Amino acid sequence: MKSAVIVFPGSNRDRDMFQALELITGTRPQSVWHTESTLPDVDLVVVPGGFSYGDYLRAGAIAARSPILKDLVAKAESGVSVFGVCNGFQILAEAGLLPGALMRNAGLIYVCKEVRIETVNNATRFSSEFRKGQVWRCPVSHHDGNYFADTETLKRVEGNGQVVFRYAEGTNPNGSINDIAGVTNARGNVLGMMPHPENLVEPLHGGLDGRTLFESLLKAA
Amino acid sequence: MKARVIVTLKNGVLDPQGKAIEGALGGLGFAGVGSVRQGKVFDIELTGSDKDAARAELTKMCEKLLANTVIENYAIEID
Repeated sequence: MKSAVIVFPGSNRDRDMFQALELITGTRPQSVWHTESTLPDVDLVVVPGGFSYGDYLRAGAIAARSPILKDLVAKAESGVSVFGVCNGFQILAEAGLLPGALMRNAGLIYVCKEVRIETVNNATRFSSEFRKGQVWRCPVSHHDGNYFADTETLKRVEGNGQVVFRYAEGTNPNGSINDIAGVTNARGNVLGMMPHPENLVEPLHGGLDGRTLFESLLKAA
Repeated sequence: MKARVIVTLKNGVLDPQGKAIEGALGGLGFAGVGSVRQGKVFDIELTGSDKDAARAELTKMCEKLLANTVIENYAIEID
């Protein structure tokens, strides 16, 4: 499986993502700087975590207007898998590739902890290797992860099965509406999630729960 | 020409920062505060003098960058 990771000024989880992708897919991803105009021909494009542009204006807002986004939108429209984690989720939502928005955590504090994720839809290319209803461990680390969508959007997103991951009962760390931790576009080829599966993929991480997501993508490619 | 863009959260969107400020004002003894909503102000200096053209341009700026219209409203004032 060929993959690429887009790097912005202020990205800081890009190396974790390179490591995880190389470990699980066996191929080193290509690094793409945000000012480039075209993405390489790959099966998966990842927008990694971090604090692009220092979260100025709104988290992800300025990165979402980077030159490379034009081709990312085109790739997404052509069906290529696009995966945004944390700041990557914020960027994809700001770019309009995903429904809703990420707001300041309801508790106002930065959360850096482990949560439990429930896979509520395993019929996507990102989640096929999970069991439906499987609860797994995953770290979160963010200040603006409070997912919001208006009532109409929420109804559509829930109805279409676009909610792939929810925070398992009692572990919602940020006030996200309907405990939404990860959501796809209508077509199902773009996923954004606040938790960091790339940080739980090798024994030294203390667990391997995050591997299943990458294994799903590998199988789909 | 000077313009001011005011971006506020839409009704129904929770504003935890506004809530925290509201609580802090109460803590300082301001008893008459019903609620607080936090927003953003952008003061923008524009070249040119056509106010209608400026308003059209500022609207585009709001739609494209200054506001996230999923959660925010914007208002434009031109001097």
